[in-house]
Amino acid sequence: MIMLVLGGNSETAFETAKQFAKHQGAEIILASRNMEQLEKNAKDIELRYNVPASAVFFDADDTDSHREFYTSLAKKPDIAMIAFGRLGDQEKAQADFAEAEKIFKTNFFGAASILEIIAADFEERGQGTIIAMSSVAGERGRKSNYIYGSSKAALTAYLSGLRNRLAPRNVDVITVIPGFMNTKMTDGMELPPALTAEPEQVADDILRAYKKRKPVVYTKWFWRWIMFIIKSIPEKIFKNTDI
Amino acid sequence: MKLHGWGKYPVIESCGKHFSRDGEVTELFESKDEFIPHGMGRSYGDSALNTRVAFTKRFNRILDFDPINGLLYSESGLTLSEIIDIFLPRGWFPMIVPGTRFVTLGGAISGDVHGKNHHAAGCFSQCVEHMEVLVPDKGVVKCSTKENPELFSMVCGGMGLTGVILRTCIRLRQVTSGYISENIFPAANLEEILRLFEERINDEYSVAWIDCLASGSRLGRSVLMTGTHAANGDLTAKPGMALTVPFDAPGFLLNKHTVEIFNHFYYKSNSTPVRERMTSLYKFFFPLDAIDSWNRIYGSRGFLQYQFVIPKQAGKEGLSIVLNKIASSGMASFLAVLKLFGAKNSNTLSFPMEGYTLALDFKIQDRLFPLLTELDAVVTDFGGRIYLAKDARMDRATFQKCYPEWETFRQYREKTFAVNSLNSLQSKRLGI
Ligand SMILES: Cc1cc2nc3c(=O)[nH]c(=O)nc-3n(C[C@H](O)[C@H](O)[C@H](O)COP(=O)(O)OP(=O)(O)OC[C@H]3O[C@@H](n4cnc5c(N)ncnc54)[C@H](O)[C@@H]3O)c2cc1C
Ligand SMILES: NC(=O)c1ccc[n+]([C@@H]2O[C@H](COP(=O)([O-])OP(=O)(O)OC[C@H]3O[C@@H](n4cnc5c(N)ncnc54)[C@H](OP(=O)(O)O)[C@@H]3O)[C@@H](O)[C@H]2O)c1
Repeated sequence: MIMLVLGGNSETAFETAKQFAKHQGAEIILASRNMEQLEKNAKDIELRYNVPASAVFFDADDTDSHREFYTSLAKKPDIAMIAFGRLGDQEKAQADFAEAEKIFKTNFFGAASILEIIAADFEERGQGTIIAMSSVAGERGRKSNYIYGSSKAALTAYLSGLRNRLAPRNVDVITVIPGFMNTKMTDGMELPPALTAEPEQVADDILRAYKKRKPVVYTKWFWRWIMFIIKSIPEKIFKNTDI
Repeated sequence: MKLHGWGKYPVIESCGKHFSRDGEVTELFESKDEFIPHGMGRSYGDSALNTRVAFTKRFNRILDFDPINGLLYSESGLTLSEIIDIFLPRGWFPMIVPGTRFVTLGGAISGDVHGKNHHAAGCFSQCVEHMEVLVPDKGVVKCSTKENPELFSMVCGGMGLTGVILRTCIRLRQVTSGYISENIFPAANLEEILRLFEERINDEYSVAWIDCLASGSRLGRSVLMTGTHAANGDLTAKPGMALTVPFDAPGFLLNKHTVEIFNHFYYKSNSTPVRERMTSLYKFFFPLDAIDSWNRIYGSRGFLQYQFVIPKQAGKEGLSIVLNKIASSGMASFLAVLKLFGAKNSNTLSFPMEGYTLALDFKIQDRLFPLLTELDAVVTDFGGRIYLAKDARMDRATFQKCYPEWETFRQYREKTFAVNSLNSLQSKRLGI
């Protein structure tokens, strides 16, 4: 089994790749921009779990390069995970549309571009699993990060459509919806420890969802219920809140 | 965020940063605020605490492994637990392991930790082939006993106060089994246990559990456990499922009477000698790891571990005084562990010296502090010392008596500007 991890330097993606190498014996292909880190990550997986692991350059923002990237892979994956993401700066994005575009470019267009290529391959082969990291921020827009949130909302909707399209071809699409995660993306933010997942916990949740073929997984699990409540607050009230 | 060591005392408000590249550590040095590295937080007291800490646990990649010589090159946040999980099935095991496997390489080196084989194998620094340390005045420096030996002796046992360990190359030992051939010897009193330690000096591993509440003719009643690596070819040993203590137990649960009952049953159940029993490595080396967060049993105020060593010739007399003081105080130590150390090494602040070391756990209560101050005096009068990795309360004068080379260490820290950037609550309390 071969797993391709796009955004393989993400701390949660790296932990997830380790879990798949350890428990599924998966061969790992890590793809991201910072090659120095990526090569170390690949070597670590190889030494720990005695599985082949390699590192290849991939830039989600450079959508023109995606087809070439995928066709040049010597072996095609059975599992493709999308983990790259850009949090961006909400205030900056309000003042400067270029920042908003960048956020959308990575989180939505970058993801959709490479996923179309992978989906076509999986569809043809009649097998495969796509795992993609969206966010609770995409479940309801809030003033503190609605640009990032709407890019993730677009991704969640996209994944739901893709799942619908690929189901008859036996291809699974798993939407991962994390709440807070303790990674470099949230470094320096004060996150409530009880609500915050460590990368290892997220990786466990993703592996479990894969085994059980769950279409949508919230991590930590109770975020499903937190978001259920947040989504059920009427807009009339919600607009005046500071959640 | 709230941060504390394994003893949950003291607890401080701290701001922590994970790092995954050398450059991020350089940035920490460049900013004005002091900080201290923080590994798995298995030191009991305040060694890894400050208002700013650098978490090392994500800096844990394996960089290379030489399967001929067992040389493991990795980042310093890798834990012994990970190493054992990965390499035991391939026939390799760390040369020295402390009583928990949940420690990082950086923490094991900074505490220059000892295992049940100290008398035979020395401290953790013994298996460090070389390492790269980020020091405030020079950037990344490679050191070993041969290359930059001064730095090496300041970092091993240096409690994170001389530089941040980035990468280490350690030597693993070959094993053919995941089991230990274990022996158990009950000892009715102090004299007997000290004699047993001598008799079993050729057993690779040895440690004794001691009943601190026994007094009079039973003073020092204990159970010695020794072992050697088995050779049965079975490398499949696995840690059992860990139980967990889900919340802080009410403080009153552990008192003189409950500990007395526990000790009674523990001693009774080990009162017949056992020879060459096959015990999994996990159970033999890390019995406490079978219960997650066992530190919660001492209640929300936390606890202290008091570990000291006294020179061998002071042995029986010194230990009797200490044990008598504890027994008469009625303050119960749930776990008390006695071991005979081998010779000391040349690392400046390394703890072990030839003699007997006793480690005691006490739940925090007001009358505990005066008792420990009394014990400090006994220990230092006999020329012994207290372990920094466990300490949260000794005073400066005691520290200086314990570690006669403290001034050399302090001067080194001044010369390299480490005093300005690397500090823990402990280093400030003790003027290290
Ligand atoms: C159940 C239990 C049993 C134990 N048994 C033993 C035993 O048998 N023998 C023994 O010797 N000890 C024992 N210990 C103590 C433990 O081994 C040491 O305290 C060890 O240092 C903890 O490692 P850590 O990764 O948790 O480090 P921390 O507790 O996080 O830090 C300890 C010290 O190491 C420094 N440090 C950590 N990482 C780095 C780095 N990368 N660079 C520079 N400095 C660093 C910190 O600043 C701090 O001063 C035991 C502890 C427990 C909880
Ligand atoms: N952290 C949270 O609280 C949180 C919450 C909800 C959802 N999420 C989502 O979960 C996913 C994983 O997050 P994380 O916290 O694990 O991330 P992380 O550790 O911060 O890593 C994100 C990674 O994305 C990669 N990346 C960014 N832009 C890229 C691009 N254009 N092309 C290729 N790679 C790119 C970066 O790779 P390089 O280092 O190689 O540049 C970076 O390592 C993200 O999609 C994130 O949006 C995170």
